[in-house]
Formats: sequence, structure tokens, C-alpha cells
Amino acid sequence: MIDKTGIAIKALFEKEFPENEETLNRPKAIIECYKEIPCNPCETSCPFDAITIGEDINKRPDIDFDKCTGCGICAYSCPGLAISIRQFKEDNAELKFPYEFSPRPRTGQTVNVVDRSGEVITTGEVINVIDKSKQNKTALVHITVDKAYMYDAAAIEVVKNES
Amino acid sequence: MKQREVVIIGAGPGGLCAAQKLLEGGAKVCLIDRNASLGGQLIKQTHKFFGSEKQYASKRGIDIMEILISSLTQYGDQLEIMTETSVVGMYSDKVIACVKKDKFFKIQAQSIILATGASEKSIPFENNDLPGVYAAGAVQTLMNEYGVKPGDNVLMVGSGNIGLIVSYQLMQAGINVKALVEAAPSISGYLVHASKIRRLGVDILTNTSVKRAIGSEQVKQVEIWDLDPTWQGIEGSERILDVDTICISVGLAPLTELLQQLGAEVRYIKELGGNVPVIDKRYETTVKGVYACGDVVGIEEASSAMVEGKITGLNALEDLGYDIRASRLEMKALHEELKFLRDGPHAAKVRAGYLKRGMLT
Amino acid sequence: MRIKEHPILNFKAKDQVSFSFNGKTLYGVKGDTIASALHANGVKKLSESIHLKRPRGFYCAIGNCASCNMVVDGKPNTRTCITPLEEGMVVENQHGKGRV
Repeated sequence: MIDKTGIAIKALFEKEFPENEETLNRPKAIIECYKEIPCNPCETSCPFDAITIGEDINKRPDIDFDKCTGCGICAYSCPGLAISIRQFKEDNAELKFPYEFSPRPRTGQTVNVVDRSGEVITTGEVINVIDKSKQNKTALVHITVDKAYMYDAAAIEVVKNES
Repeated sequence: MKQREVVIIGAGPGGLCAAQKLLEGGAKVCLIDRNASLGGQLIKQTHKFFGSEKQYASKRGIDIMEILISSLTQYGDQLEIMTETSVVGMYSDKVIACVKKDKFFKIQAQSIILATGASEKSIPFENNDLPGVYAAGAVQTLMNEYGVKPGDNVLMVGSGNIGLIVSYQLMQAGINVKALVEAAPSISGYLVHASKIRRLGVDILTNTSVKRAIGSEQVKQVEIWDLDPTWQGIEGSERILDVDTICISVGLAPLTELLQQLGAEVRYIKELGGNVPVIDKRYETTVKGVYACGDVVGIEEASSAMVEGKITGLNALEDLGYDIRASRLEMKALHEELKFLRDGPHAAKVRAGYLKRGMLT
Repeated sequence: MRIKEHPILNFKAKDQVSFSFNGKTLYGVKGDTIASALHANGVKKLSESIHLKRPRGFYCAIGNCASCNMVVDGKPNTRTCITPLEEGMVVENQHGKGRV
């Protein structure tokens, strides 16, 4: 199906999350790279050697959640914007999504959160926008949403200029 | 007539990398491009590149262009740059006829590297010649190089990487992408690119194509329809979208005209985009001392063009009598890089093409 | 029709360049090609087909397809997509094949 629509179904994306939900009490990188492509910046950017692709850069990335600290470097290094950082925090899920639109959302702003098909599923509050020069214009937007959306949230909707 | 040691035609990723190797090796290089600036199509690639660190993965194409161009500046007079210069004729004795701002001149080259790239293909449908129907890469140039919007509402035709990436870049420029249609039953580019635009609300419609553009002086609307398994339009499935721009992204064709003028043998290999030069493992064409690299050799990604550029640069150096023994390991590594870039399911067509060429190692 | 805000690129205000199009004064900016300046002014029709006189616009942007050929400073068949815009240029739609 994803080959036809670009939308990963639950059975597909669930496999990319840690098996044990408690693992997500700490921030972790969730990699949604479903097809072999010649690409390995996630592996080479990781300071903790948590992501493995290997010599053949066409292999899909394999993440070791024990080593992953959720630092977010892979999330802004991935040319496919296919990595998010996710963590449970009490009754909420805290998510960091790569974001390459202008203007950036503001801290405290309420944003629409979409699923993998682009449908708005809930709103979230922006905790922080991480946008350092080394990220080379791929910001990470850190939001908090109800924990029920830990798995289905895929991005924030593009924020329009306030007029 | 001017005498030059090596002439490189085309200053995109392939030509720039070839120049780098030739200059490093001590050759005098003349680099020709019909555009006003160097970089070829890198100038509009605002996305982060795939590949490995060796091909500058995770850097944006525009930044890679700066790296490649700045690596050439240290060579001073060793490098001659001729921009806004069109090559209008080539002869088998390696005479190159050029026009720069109405001035015609000829160059006698000892060695030539052709890095002319490719042009975008089109598809037949009613009114496909109306203003507003643009090649997707051309729209990318208009937006990202000149900062001009092609229109306000766009239909993208074709789901290869160019179609998917340009859709995303249209959105980054504040332009509405109404939908992306793909005649084939599945998305042909990288799924990560497809998912990126899908989750931002762009419908990706497979088995769907354009029936006709609507408008008299320019595009006002487009009619799309579903295709049956034999790729015929299904009557009754038509619907109309209000768009002022239709972006065509249905593949590229190698620009081999100059090679053919020169007398280099070309061969039709569908998987590589059409007519491509006959080359050996050294990327030398059937005319001795004439090399080719990048999309003109066969349609691939910019990453492969850069590697091929380096390979042809080193081989041309050897021809010219420079000692390249110290670069043997590098050459081996470059061929290894190409092998990995041509591995994986997305490169199946390229592999099929190279199999026909008898060059699959 | 110009992009004002962009997340990756910085489109700074650039010096204006004036030129004439079919007798009317238009403005582009430094760094424009003739075709990009025209498009920024909302001019989409650049040429017309030789026999049926159908309108033709920009297509390839690399100087390859001839769809943007115009008469520039009296010279026909100028590829406006790769010709830098210059102050005072006289640009006209071309009718037919053009004569030198």
C-alpha cells in the first residue's frame, strides 16, 4: 500500500517502535525508512553508534534502542526527514519532528498535528524549536500531545504566517 | 584557433568533479558552460542529498555546489572558465566550435570530457504546449535560482524523485500542490520523499494521468483521469482541478547531440534514458581521448555523476601523459562507490542498462 | 509572483533592472534571466508556434527546448531562459522563424 499512497499503515510503522513500551520513557529515535535506498547519514551522524547500516549503504537502518539517547542528531541529518524523536512524559507524548518551512512555529504555540496521511488528528503545544546552525535549516519542532497520539502523530501541519 | 589541453563541456556535478581531478593532477583545464554561472542543476537543489559522506550526503545540493566550485579557485591560471558559452559544433579531430555573446571561435582540444547532462522529457496530452505546462526541473530553477513563483496552484505529473522533491520544494516556496499523479501502479521515487509530501496533505494518485490541460492563453485547469491496467484512460473517471501550473516530471533524456556530432557511437538503452554513448570501463567514448560522465552517459543521481566525473578526470590525465599511479587506489575506491550507488531496488533500471553495456562488475 | 519568505534560501532585495517588453517598461532584478523577469511580471506567453500561432511559454529552463525564444535587442531566437537580463534590454515576442 505504501508503494501506492506514500502512507505507512499501522502494521508497518509499529515495527519501528521499541517492543517494550517502557523504553519510550526515555527519548528514542523512530526511523521510518521502509525501502532500501543508497543512504547512510543516520548511521554516520550518530555519536553513540546506535544506528547500523553497514558497508552496503543500501541496507535499511537498524537501531539499538539501548544505545539511542534520543539526542536528535539523526533526525535533522536524515535527508528523507524520516526520523522523529519520541518519548512518554506522564500523560503526554513529547515528540520532535524535523521541520523545513518558514516561518518556524513559536514556543507555546498550538499547532495542528497530522497523521501519516496528512489528516489533522489532534493539536499539540510547541515546547521548543531547535534550530541551530549545524542543523543546516532542518529545525526540530518539539511538541507535547496527549499520549494517545504517540504512534499516529507523523508531523505538524505547516504553520502559516499570522496576519 | 585556441589550443587547450583538456576541455570540459558542462559545469554541473560531473564536470566540476572531473575538473577537480585534472587540476589536482596538473593539467590545464578549460571549463565551458552555457549558463552564466557554474554548478549546473546543483544551483536549485535545496534538499539534503542521499548517499554516503563520500558524495556529501546530508548536505544540501546548493552547498555541495559551493564546495565543488571553491575547490577549483586555488588553481588560478591553470583553470579557464567560459560561461555563457554554447558549444555549437564538434568534430572528430577534437575541434570544438563555440559561441559566446555572438562571438564565434574554435578550440583545438587534446582531450575532451563531455558532461552535458540531460533534458526533461514531456508527455502527450491535449494542450500540453500551453504556457503553464512546465518541466518540473525548470520550475525548480524558476523558484530556487530566481525566486519566482511558477504559479499558485500546481499539479505534479510523475512520482520519480524529481516530481516528489519538487512538490516539496513548491510547498516550501508557499505554493499549493493540489495533487501528484502517476500513471504507473506505484510510486517510482524514494518512499521517504513520498511520505514527506503525503503527510503534508498532498494526494498521491497512482494509475492516474492527465487527460488535457484547459485554457486558451495559459493553463486555467487540468482534467485528470484514472488509467486501466493497459494504461488507457477510463471514460467517466475524469475530474477537473483548478491549477495554473502543470509540472511534468516524467524522466530525463541524455543530451548526446554533441557526442553524435563528434562521431562518437551512441546506442539506444531504454533503461539509461535513451541514446547513450558507447563507453568502455574508463568512460572513454569510441573517439579516442573523448570521455563522458554524468547524466549524458545514462540517467542517474547527482551522486553518481560526481563519482563518474572523478573517474573520467583521472583517466583523461593518464591519456595526457600524467603519472596517475598514485591514484590507483582512489580509482578502485571510486568504482566501488559506483557499485554501491547502483545497488538496491531503486537502481534496478541502471543495473539493467549497465548489463546491456556489458559493464556490470 | 516573487517568493518573499523561504526556509532554505535567502532572497534578499536586489537592485532593479528595467527593460522593455513589447514597448512597455517592466522591471526585473539583478541576477534574473529575461524569462524569469518576465514570469515575475506575470508574462507567461514568450513565443508562439510557427504555423498554428499557439502560445508558448517557458519549458526547460536550460536553453534546450526553444519554447522561450524571443527577439532581444533585435536579435531573434534568443534563448531567454539562459540569457541574463540587462538594463535597457528591448525584448519582444517573436513571430515566425525570425530573420537576422
